[in-house]
Amino acid sequence: MHADPNLYDYWPYVGRPKIEWPGGKKLAFWIAPNIEFYEFMPPNNPKRQPWPGATPNVQQYSQRDFGNRVGHLRLMELLDKYNLRGSVSLNVALCNHHPEIIEDCVKRDWEFFSHGIYNTRYSYGLTPEQEQAVLKDSIQTVEKASGQRIRGYLAPALTHTEATLDLIAENDFWYSCDLFQDDQPQPLKTKTGKLVSMPYSLEVNDVITYSVMGFDPERYTNMLKRHFDQLLLEGERSGTVMCIPLHAYLVAQPHRIRPFEEALKHICAHQDDVWFATGKEIAKHFIDNYWEQSIADIKARGVMTGGTGFNPVVRGL
Amino acid sequence: MDESYLKYSERKYGQDHNFYDWEMVKDRPKLQWDNGTKLAICFIIPLEFFPLNPDEKPFQHPGAMKTPYPDLRHFTVRDYGNRVGVYRIMETLDKAGVKGSFAVNAEIAKRYPPLIDAVIAQTHEIVAQGLSTDSIHHEGLSEAEELARIQKTVQSFSNAPLGWLSPSRNQSSRTLSLLAKAAFEYCLDWEMNQSPQIARTDIGEISLLPNSYELSDFTLLHMRGQTEESWLSQIKSAMDLLVDEYDRFGSQMLGLTLTPYVIGQPFRIWALKALLAHIKDMDGVEVFKTGRINKQFRAQI
Repeated sequence: MHADPNLYDYWPYVGRPKIEWPGGKKLAFWIAPNIEFYEFMPPNNPKRQPWPGATPNVQQYSQRDFGNRVGHLRLMELLDKYNLRGSVSLNVALCNHHPEIIEDCVKRDWEFFSHGIYNTRYSYGLTPEQEQAVLKDSIQTVEKASGQRIRGYLAPALTHTEATLDLIAENDFWYSCDLFQDDQPQPLKTKTGKLVSMPYSLEVNDVITYSVMGFDPERYTNMLKRHFDQLLLEGERSGTVMCIPLHAYLVAQPHRIRPFEEALKHICAHQDDVWFATGKEIAKHFIDNYWEQSIADIKARGVMTGGTGFNPVVRGL
Repeated sequence: MDESYLKYSERKYGQDHNFYDWEMVKDRPKLQWDNGTKLAICFIIPLEFFPLNPDEKPFQHPGAMKTPYPDLRHFTVRDYGNRVGVYRIMETLDKAGVKGSFAVNAEIAKRYPPLIDAVIAQTHEIVAQGLSTDSIHHEGLSEAEELARIQKTVQSFSNAPLGWLSPSRNQSSRTLSLLAKAAFEYCLDWEMNQSPQIARTDIGEISLLPNSYELSDFTLLHMRGQTEESWLSQIKSAMDLLVDEYDRFGSQMLGLTLTPYVIGQPFRIWALKALLAHIKDMDGVEVFKTGRINKQFRAQI
């Protein structure tokens, strides 16, 4: 066990070299609807039980199912209205269970990235070989259902092993949404590949605001507007990233979706300054244009620790 | 129960310890801060390292990892404060021309020297905050173990800090004495007064500067989920009351925690800007570094 994952180096937010998004935009905005499948009777993982209380949990299961039957359509139509494309955080088994939803996304030219097989199957306890199989399954399942090669990863239910990020880099993924240390992308220290830590803005995730913090819809809208305004202001110095990670079973509830629209309206009123993109587009732009300059600047700060994730350089032996 | 459970050896007039005497606010000598300041506000900014593999002895510290190892989620959410949030706070303080007191874990001083350099360059004060969030000072440590932790903390700074904040604000009955031994002049763990207080130890004296748990951004915004509007308005109410009490009780102080991963979030930083603007507008209220308060306090007693 390690005290520090050593997945990235310390990089103070001030004085970084300037990032400019395409068209000279200051803020890259992306929206990540989580399209998930929670199993009715999942097996137990010794580190975490799948449902609060007991399994099955009909209220919780059916609320997730509401997301798939009602919520996504509501959210898709709202995003259409603002000409926004989603980057779907996908439990890939949904391709098997509900292909209609995948078709709806493909029609809209949305991007998919993997959020594991099911949100009720955690990474804890998987061997690297088993985790590799999950990744191959993710790549192949989405390719078959949509023709897309996925490039992003968010571990199912934010559960990890020490090997997770090395494995996704090895499988030619471009970005990870698993780390929340920054409002700008940063190179990750994986054994192979070029893997970007993509800001996924966990604090403004509707699970955090609605289920954990107990916000009402109006407070969530205020928060999103303020978050956006501050990051846009700072994006003048060097381009920032804002993501809104969403769950239709929460945000697309009948009492919440209209207040949420107010936040989108506010953000979309800044077309001149904002690059409306998908996760893959942001990652590619960063890798193509800013990977080297970021590493050079991190190095210049003099606090690179060397080694790779969970594989620190051991000094003095 | 054993009969000893109903014996009350400290049952007598006054405090049940010897660090300070019983004294009510109305009986305390009136203090007076510089420039006619009726209320001094100290901003205490914790710079903390939250290990991915905490020991959690003797308890799980606030902000600790919550999900099974490796809890990358909570590790990185806390680390956001040290990489991004704290710089947002520093810029906001700087724009308002205000200095804070940064309570630093030795692990942060060791890992993130550019952050410490930036704090020093902006002439904020450095306060020591133990080795890490997971290095809790408690009764189960031997005196030698606890002293070693304090000394190791001091050694991680180029200039020995004069102030101390304990991880989780937890102390053993020996902590104050060991802090005095290590030449600390003040401590930010105790908050039984609205102004500083001397604590006696077998080694010597140390000042106790109050630090408000009930108005901390961590308590109100993070733990209790209150709104930034509410945090702001509660601090404003406190300021009004403390200024009003000046004639009766003299100059008082308010220690306010600004947690980088809490108030340093993009959606919250507006509230700190608004607070600083309000402080600027208020007569008799000034922001002090903790060391400055302690000096003025010591000069008056």
